[in-house]
Amino acid sequence: MREQILSIIEKNSRINVKELAVILGAEEIDVANELQAMEEEGIICGYHTMIDWEKTSIEKVTALIEVRITPQRGQGYDNIAERIYKYSEVNSVYLISGGYDLLVTLDGKSLKAVSSFVSDKLSTLDGVLSTATHFILKKYKDHGTILTKKYEDTREKVTP
Amino acid sequence: MRNPLSDIITDIKPSGIRKFFDIVSEMEDAISLGVGEPDFDTPWHIRDEGIYSLEKGRTFYTSNAGLKELKVEISKYIERTQKISYDANQEVIVTVGGSEAIDIALRAMINPGEEVLIPQPSYVSYEPCAILAGGVPVIIELKEENEFRLTAKELRDAITEKTKVLILPFPNNPTGAIMEKEDLEAIAEVIREKDIFVISDEIYAELTYKGKHVSIASLPGMQERTVLINGFSKSYAMTGWRLGYACAPHMIMEQMLKIHQFAIMCAPTTSQYAAVEALRNGDDDVAMMREAYNQRRRFLMHSFKEMGLKCFEPYGAFYVFPCIKEFGMTSDEFANRLLQEEKVAVVPGTAFGDCGEGFLRISYAYSLENLKIALNKINAFITRLRNQK
Repeated sequence: MREQILSIIEKNSRINVKELAVILGAEEIDVANELQAMEEEGIICGYHTMIDWEKTSIEKVTALIEVRITPQRGQGYDNIAERIYKYSEVNSVYLISGGYDLLVTLDGKSLKAVSSFVSDKLSTLDGVLSTATHFILKKYKDHGTILTKKYEDTREKVTP
Repeated sequence: MRNPLSDIITDIKPSGIRKFFDIVSEMEDAISLGVGEPDFDTPWHIRDEGIYSLEKGRTFYTSNAGLKELKVEISKYIERTQKISYDANQEVIVTVGGSEAIDIALRAMINPGEEVLIPQPSYVSYEPCAILAGGVPVIIELKEENEFRLTAKELRDAITEKTKVLILPFPNNPTGAIMEKEDLEAIAEVIREKDIFVISDEIYAELTYKGKHVSIASLPGMQERTVLINGFSKSYAMTGWRLGYACAPHMIMEQMLKIHQFAIMCAPTTSQYAAVEALRNGDDDVAMMREAYNQRRRFLMHSFKEMGLKCFEPYGAFYVFPCIKEFGMTSDEFANRLLQEEKVAVVPGTAFGDCGEGFLRISYAYSLENLKIALNKINAFITRLRNQK
């Protein structure tokens, strides 16, 4: 049941327990217990809203930053990762295999705000060897949701 | 001028759905629950193969019976799902939708005057196709109390000396009924004893919600007397690609192939390449869609229960078939008033045979949000009807 619950609320976190129980053919109490357990276990870490900021009047830029670092003895990458993720403007931090080490995504008010964060805070950290900043120009699809097109039902209205 | 028309076709009445369609399409803002096809787009990797085949210039006829690799994939699919084997070279044909397969199977098997047993409510084309093939359709009226399954007794009672073929339409459109293994075993016994044949339309085989679908062809002694029909429309959301197939003993297939060869030549090439991809790598898509349909099915059953609308629990396809007899109206009247008063389109049960009277076909090939809005409107409508009484 866990996998089913997760795959549903991953797409629709607003669904209520009752409805979830109905579509899964389960008891409401069982679903509620599972949800609570998964929250406690940290499997469910939050209930977020997908927002296409582009369509608002609020200025916002998102950047992907590739960071190469020197791992520290006994700590590996964790120490530096922590120093980076503690900044509130940092959206996500991933350890990556391949050409660089950390992928940091960042929300800022402007290009300038992001670049000053990178030059003042990020690249000056001990152990950071280099950074490469990529600004997102347009989001086509995010978290499995296509942002550029709305679903349109083009079927005939009645068919056998 | 002489009458240019054939009597046989002019005597066949047009599909009952057509009439209703015309009314609905006039209404711009109607919410429809009347569609008999998936709401999902064909999975992208399948579409991509279709596009790729066009880019590579695969724009020629295939061999009459279909692309070799597709026939092989079909026979592997039947083998892995039903544990029966068909010779890809001699016993498989790729058709223009399941509907062509129904037509050519009947034409290959029926002599003038032979009877074709058609359980109803069921898909609209069996009866006309049987007539066009020169056969005499004999309707078996399925009962709600049997969950619209075909029982051995009903079958036995309908068989005469002229009976040649039984059409077996499960999982069923419009009722959503399925036939489980025990149900099939009971009728298979009658079929073998009476020495008749089966055209088993299993187009909804992947969409069952109570165990896996069992084909009648997989029962002892049945493969040799069954034409198994399936296709890509429902399971892979590929209705517009027009691609189906049939598997049958070589003796029957040889004759079906002749009709197909002369009337059709071959199924669309692009669709055939896409279908190879569907069978090779489409299992996850099918599972995802099946789960989504099942969630909607549970939602509808739950809502009906809350509204007090009687409906047996269907375990197949993507239809529910609630009973509206308590309102003292015909299905046609009910559907029309629901459309006029609440702008919700459902299909009257009678579009699928006279015994569909008193029922509606509601399709759940719609998003949950959509179903919720429509169900609220249906609830408002029936509450009003009950208060007026």
